[in-house]
Amino acid sequence: MIANYGYKDGSGDYFITIDTDKCNGCRDCVSACPHGVFDVGPDENDPLSDDEVAFVTEEERKKIKYTCGPCKPTSDRPPLPCVTACKQDAISHSW
Amino acid sequence: MTEKKELWRWTESRWTNPDIDWKGKLITSGVDVGSVSSQAVILADGELYAYSNMRTGSNSPDSAINAINWAMEDTALTLEDIAYTVGTGYGRVNVPFSQRAITEIACHARGGNHMYGPTVRTILDMGGQDCKAIHCDEKGKVTNFLMNDKCAAGTGRGMEVFADLLGVSINDIGDLSLDVEEEPPPVSSTCVVYAKTEATGLLREGWPTNKVLAAYCSAMAHRIMTLLERIGVEKDFAITGGIAKNSGVVSRLEKDVGIPIMTTDYDTQIAGALGAALFAKALKDKGK
Amino acid sequence: MITMGIDMGAKTIKVVILKDNEIVAKSIVVAGFEVEKMAKEVIEKAMSEAGVTRGDITKVVSTGAGDKQAPFYDETKSVVGCDSLGAAYIHPAVRCVIDVGAEEGRGMRCDETGKILDFEVNEKCAAGAGAFTEAMSRALEVPLEELGALSLKATEDVPMNAQCTVFAESEVVTMVHNNVPKENMAKAVHDAMASRITSMVRKIGFEKDVVLIGGVAKNVGFVSSLNADLELEVIVPEDPEFVGALGAALAAAGWKGGA
Repeated sequence: MIANYGYKDGSGDYFITIDTDKCNGCRDCVSACPHGVFDVGPDENDPLSDDEVAFVTEEERKKIKYTCGPCKPTSDRPPLPCVTACKQDAISHSW
Repeated sequence: MTEKKELWRWTESRWTNPDIDWKGKLITSGVDVGSVSSQAVILADGELYAYSNMRTGSNSPDSAINAINWAMEDTALTLEDIAYTVGTGYGRVNVPFSQRAITEIACHARGGNHMYGPTVRTILDMGGQDCKAIHCDEKGKVTNFLMNDKCAAGTGRGMEVFADLLGVSINDIGDLSLDVEEEPPPVSSTCVVYAKTEATGLLREGWPTNKVLAAYCSAMAHRIMTLLERIGVEKDFAITGGIAKNSGVVSRLEKDVGIPIMTTDYDTQIAGALGAALFAKALKDKGK
Repeated sequence: MITMGIDMGAKTIKVVILKDNEIVAKSIVVAGFEVEKMAKEVIEKAMSEAGVTRGDITKVVSTGAGDKQAPFYDETKSVVGCDSLGAAYIHPAVRCVIDVGAEEGRGMRCDETGKILDFEVNEKCAAGAGAFTEAMSRALEVPLEELGALSLKATEDVPMNAQCTVFAESEVVTMVHNNVPKENMAKAVHDAMASRITSMVRKIGFEKDVVLIGGVAKNVGFVSSLNADLELEVIVPEDPEFVGALGAALAAAGWKGGA
């Protein structure tokens, strides 16, 4: 499943996409994110499956533009820690 | 289909299948407590038996109870007869008689699959305070989704702001907006607050109400289109939720998407509750 | 040399006239729906205050969301450019400027000459601009100018979940219904707004001194929430809403920092 967490508002599109078919629930993203954006648990959108996958926490879904702001690559910043941490290549940002 | 008339708000509805005798059958139910509306769906051996669709009250547990009671009104059913209930929607964890809560995304895919048939691949749910774009497979399992519940633009709440501003019943907005000789340019602000200011300016310029509504419905259709583009639209395409009843948004969206939008005889607002009731059946069968 | 700066904002129009880089007149008006008429009036008012006629003015620079709607101008200049010039003129130690106007929020990093190093703008979502506090004052039934002082009396932090102005209105109405004290709600409103502005500023990275300008800078409740969030004291100039127009007038004079 391609899970898009985030939103679109007047200022733009802000989505973190997790490919749950690639995700193995390793929690690397959970420890890599300095702001607690990720968590791992049962896939709430696939209630008949027992696999655990990464997701963006409920509290963060409506403000990732702001929460992720400090990590966003600008002139002198490294790439996003969550994207770098994921060995399965399951995480991407839309902005 | 019996309907309660509410001139100032959208129309509530309920329905019972007269051809079904529920006795001796497995009864499961799904209750969708949304921010604006609540629905209850009752299945007998997995077949749609009864449903209700009404306004959400001041608290979720009461709204869930009211919805299920209204759905059971013409039946001899009581809560004790229901073997398994799944709650969904914004207030899903506050359905007192439920055994499990499941997200609206999963329930809308499952319910949409049942309502529109196994060929449906894209379901757009336009609710009171959110908008969801979902891809599903032939079994109604989610394969891709996106939900926007952060911003009022493109939601029923945004439409309500315009109904208030222009003094028009929310039920009439769609048809009124189509009653224009020429399609005006869409309202340029996405944000509902700014769109309202913009609309006030248009009214001052002498635009008639229906032209302003046309400009807003068209802006809303474009906005939803850009949201859909993120996951893409695959045939067949169906819309659920309250805004599915707004012809002004739906017909403009159909034009933008370029794919015909499927229609249904069911109330489009029950998709989530229907999916929940189907999950209730599946979970009961699995003994979970 | 006499120069004029016009700031055609979303809600108000501001005019500043400089004589040899000294302010000789400033004037503000609510734009309403007759923008061009109001712009003419406010310009007339500033010119009569300065005792000058249009012929005396060497150069006019227009800025703001409606910069091209100004009745006359020689040049337009970006809002961030004018903001930083104006802020550097008032407070040369400025390294970061935050401008929160009626419909836009901006953060910029600059040097002592007002040269922009980096900036971030939020212009299309009311949640990060003055329109948010305005909508909340209506929902709370507290006049906008009293909202700031009221929030300083808050006794408890109440969370505000909605990130959208329209949804926040419903949330506030529910809180009013549940008898949450208005001062606590007022603080929740300012905290929510401050957290959005802070994130915007954190994105560009900031150093002291931080100057806060724009109409919302006059809201003491917002300033207090922002200070708490940024963990520093922002500097609010005397007439924070005029800084953009001042910068435009400075740009017209070719001011490049220094005395």
